[in-house]
Amino acid sequence: MSELTLTVMRLGFLAVLWLFVIVAVQVIRSDLFGTRVTQRGSRRENARPQQAARQQQQAAAPPPQRQQQGGGRQRRGAPSKLVVSEGILAGTTVALQGQTISLGRAHDSTIVLDDDYASSRHARIYPDRDGQWIVEDLGSTNGTYLDRTRLTTPTPVPLGAPIRIGKTVIELRK
Amino acid sequence: MSSSTTHTSTIGAIGAPSRRNTELALLAFAVVIPLFAYINVGLAIDGELPTGMLGYGAGLGLLAGVSHFVVRKFAPYADPLLLPLATLLNGLGLVVIWRLDQSERLQQLPNFSAAAPNQLMYSAIGIALFVGVLLLLKDHRVLQRYTYISMVGAIILLLLPLVPGLGMNVFGAKIWIRVGGFSIQPGEFAKIVIAIFFAGYLMVKRDALALASRRFMGLYLPRGRDLGPIVVVWIISILILVFETDLGTSLLFFGMFVVMLYVATERTSWIVFGLLMSAVGAVGVASFEPHVKQRVDAWLDPMREYTLSQQGVVGHSEQAMQALWAFGSGGTLGTGLGQGNSDLIKFAANSDFILATFGEELGLAGIMAILLIYGLIVERGVRTALAARDPFGKLLAIGLSGAFAIQVFVVAGGVMSLIPLTGMTMPFLAYGGSSVIANWALIGILIRISDTARRPAPTPAPNPDAEMTQVVRP
Repeated sequence: MSELTLTVMRLGFLAVLWLFVIVAVQVIRSDLFGTRVTQRGSRRENARPQQAARQQQQAAAPPPQRQQQGGGRQRRGAPSKLVVSEGILAGTTVALQGQTISLGRAHDSTIVLDDDYASSRHARIYPDRDGQWIVEDLGSTNGTYLDRTRLTTPTPVPLGAPIRIGKTVIELRK
Repeated sequence: MSSSTTHTSTIGAIGAPSRRNTELALLAFAVVIPLFAYINVGLAIDGELPTGMLGYGAGLGLLAGVSHFVVRKFAPYADPLLLPLATLLNGLGLVVIWRLDQSERLQQLPNFSAAAPNQLMYSAIGIALFVGVLLLLKDHRVLQRYTYISMVGAIILLLLPLVPGLGMNVFGAKIWIRVGGFSIQPGEFAKIVIAIFFAGYLMVKRDALALASRRFMGLYLPRGRDLGPIVVVWIISILILVFETDLGTSLLFFGMFVVMLYVATERTSWIVFGLLMSAVGAVGVASFEPHVKQRVDAWLDPMREYTLSQQGVVGHSEQAMQALWAFGSGGTLGTGLGQGNSDLIKFAANSDFILATFGEELGLAGIMAILLIYGLIVERGVRTALAARDPFGKLLAIGLSGAFAIQVFVVAGGVMSLIPLTGMTMPFLAYGGSSVIANWALIGILIRISDTARRPAPTPAPNPDAEMTQVVRP
């Protein structure tokens, strides 16, 4: 056997051995599991630019949640996103795509409120048949306020009106 | 900010995927690498493809396939890396043992016999035991019932080599027994059994060992009577060292106990005590026990040992120095498989000193890869312990992976002259039935624990109140 072949095989074998180690380490990397803490925006108002870019990528990725039946096409002047303007989650935005947004301390809420004054299932915001967004208090202990009035029935949300839940204030924006 | 829109997602546990296909792919890789090595050895020694290539590849592939099928069927959520890593080491060991069988120098030895077929048979028995563990051990917590039986079993296994007529003295170390035509190293099996005992015992006693203590200079000093267990284990390992004259076995059991004690109690003071006690014990025994003393001398000055051996002085061995030369002549990238001269290390070249062959023919780069593969096995064991939900499983996984790690350290350190040489063998790589079989059983238990640990928790019953929250109407 020629010297060259053997040298190539010798180095090739080392390369293959190391390739195996690297592949194994990659498997470990992809195998880390546990709780996934998802990006929910900066606490400060001015989100960093690369973060915003990542958020936009994320916005494209997740599959739409339950579409409301008969949601219809979006009207002109309808709000396109929900913005948390005060509280721990200030700066978080959620795209409005006809899905129901639940708010509360429960882990499966769309917006998980880490707030002692919020109930576990505090309120929800959903579009009605005409695409008008409605906020409904879900029997919370401390109530949900639209502007200054405590909600008693499902109420249409005007653009930019503050919805107050505990320390958190959210509003709908174009 | 104005243009960024996003869905906020919730925080939730991600169910671990079963990863069986990843395991299969890695396993195929782990069978191909030894085949490559086999071809490489054949081309280097004979200049042609080795004749037994298909049979050998089929044998290794069959073993890997069977074990994968059993894992897929009976431990579907097990760790995807343990099996491929162990298979790769076993396969590489087989290739290098076969390569040493081809050596003309070794073939001229009076008691030469081809070792590779035996090793393949031992691997098959090992895989069979691995399969048996997965089939019979449905839940590792069953082992907890046998805590004290394991203690008795481990002591018997450890004492067996001392029984007259049964034990064998192999080059000074009395850690073998001879049953029928086979020589067995009971210590390899004892390490699994004793891990079960330590795990069951520490699970019950850990609160007493962790909480009843005084704080002194930043260390928690245990009460005198809580020192009892560690002193007993220490005395037993000293007795092993004195009567079986094997530093490796002694270090393995004491180190394993200290590791498990530390994990069970989270008290650094146990590590300090353990290190002090093992240092005192090792120095004390080495200063009066002649065989241990000789091993220590050989470690401190391997060149003198080599010279004495060359002069024909009985009881000295040239192997330690030869192993160092083998590593040295390998250099960074090695001489290439089948082209080294590590067969100069005569009879122990394929067992205790197999790492020297790897060091010479694959070089530093290859040795690092091999040590990393061992490290990954240990890492997966520790990760299994972290993920395990029950304290017994945690302690058992940490004990088994700790024992594995200590054994690799003791053997690799011995061959590389970092610590005195011992009679233990490199898990999976080295020629030896007990080692291969016991370590496959060890991997089997780890896979069983990791399957239990990674199995997704059963989904909780739906909460009937969840959707029925009423809107308060005044």
